[in-house]
Amino acid sequence: MTKVSCIEVRDVSFNYNGNPVLENITFTVEEGEYLGIIGPNGGGKTTLFKIILGLLKPATGEVRIYGEPEPRFGRRHIIGYVPQRAMAEVYFPATVEEIVRSGRTARLGLLKRASKDDRAAIDRAMEITDVTRLKKRLIGELSGGERQRVFIARALASEPKILILDEPDVGVDVTSQEKFYTFIEDLNRNLGITVLLISHDIDVVAHQTKSVLCLNRKLVCHGSPKKFINEEYMQELYGKKVKFILHGH
Amino acid sequence: MPEIFQLDFMLRAFAAGILISIIVPLIGVFLVVRRYSLMADTLAHVSLVGVAIGILTNSQPVVSAVAASTLAAVAIEKLRAVKTLFAESILAIFLSGSLAVAVVIMSLAKGLNVSLLSYLFGSISTIGPVDLYMLAAVFICVLLAIVLLYKEFFLVSFDEEFAEAGGVKARSLNLLIVVLAAVTISLSMRIVGILLIGALMVMPVVSAKQFGLSFRNTIILSILFSLVSVMSGLFLSYYLDLASGGTIVLIALVIFLLSFFLNRPQ
Repeated sequence: MTKVSCIEVRDVSFNYNGNPVLENITFTVEEGEYLGIIGPNGGGKTTLFKIILGLLKPATGEVRIYGEPEPRFGRRHIIGYVPQRAMAEVYFPATVEEIVRSGRTARLGLLKRASKDDRAAIDRAMEITDVTRLKKRLIGELSGGERQRVFIARALASEPKILILDEPDVGVDVTSQEKFYTFIEDLNRNLGITVLLISHDIDVVAHQTKSVLCLNRKLVCHGSPKKFINEEYMQELYGKKVKFILHGH
Repeated sequence: MPEIFQLDFMLRAFAAGILISIIVPLIGVFLVVRRYSLMADTLAHVSLVGVAIGILTNSQPVVSAVAASTLAAVAIEKLRAVKTLFAESILAIFLSGSLAVAVVIMSLAKGLNVSLLSYLFGSISTIGPVDLYMLAAVFICVLLAIVLLYKEFFLVSFDEEFAEAGGVKARSLNLLIVVLAAVTISLSMRIVGILLIGALMVMPVVSAKQFGLSFRNTIILSILFSLVSVMSGLFLSYYLDLASGGTIVLIALVIFLLSFFLNRPQ
């Protein structure tokens, strides 16, 4: 079987106020991959995601989605985005169902109303993430873990081929975190969704993902999690000796 | 038939009141949920510049008010998109800056006359047939825009970045909302008054929000609150000989207080 590359990042650099944030980043993500991205704060992880999503323009280089240059890529809805979450939406008067449904808006297009198929996709997204029973509740009434599943349901509502998650475990307790990562693994394995995940939890990345990308302004390493559990990389990445403790799973 | 319904100007006031009660909170909800409530008041103050120009040049103040507030709305959105200034600082600058401009133009026009006061605080007896036609046209535009673009407006209000990542034109939609707000405010100032229209755009929405409903039902309830405030305000102001704008906003305030205390967490 030939492997299809769904995201190609070619020689991408980005500056913020004259300071380099990303320098000459090149890598490819193949269809069905589960890629974990780690690195110190300010290492450019979120910036890289925003460039892939077309929210920021790279200073040099380009991103291709399924072979097409990002700015011209018309089917943006095939990428489901789960942004880093603050508490901002706690006061927003909206139900879970309204929020999940809004994930289908871009795919529907202007002036189009949801058809039976669209509504079925929205219901399925709520079922997969187990938020159907919460659908009439307000987003502000939910726990951190529940809210996180709602944002994933919103991303899944457009039936994406690629799922991009930016530190989805912030503000979520440990028990919910474990369940959550099993759930993401299932999405990747059973539905064949390509997953890109930023996490500060090195343990999670080492155990759950199929490949790891270490980013500290430059691409420090890219390969299998085994290759990455290596003190040399950790030192280069975090600037000091980090003892890596493997938890038994 | 009661006397109140036999007077042409009162019938026009009620007709205008119904149109305003529906579109003002409809726009207001999209400002409130994005913590942009001050926008309503800012655009109302900018409208005053247009009114002052209208009085000075002896032309239609409503037309110049629409032009001034629309231009300001576009300028505010452009400045906000640059992201070098805080959104609320931009609004504060426009609010007090436009008041200064209006006051200077007024002094050129030799003074603060009765006509100006009717714009500041609202005066139902001054609504002519032309005002009503213009308001009806704006009513149709606002209603069409919100109904046709509801899902986009919701998405952009809830999460602008997510909308853009999906390819939804967030900036154009933001611009459309503030331009609609500008036009609605300029057309509503005859009834509620420049100094009070901001309150009608925000209060019914904040009151409705206290009930913890879905976004759609929050909108419906805020329109209901706004209708009750405007209609009963017009009645009371007529029979008790009170200023219409003030009476309407006072009723909206009572509704807010009731909504707030009824829904207080135990």
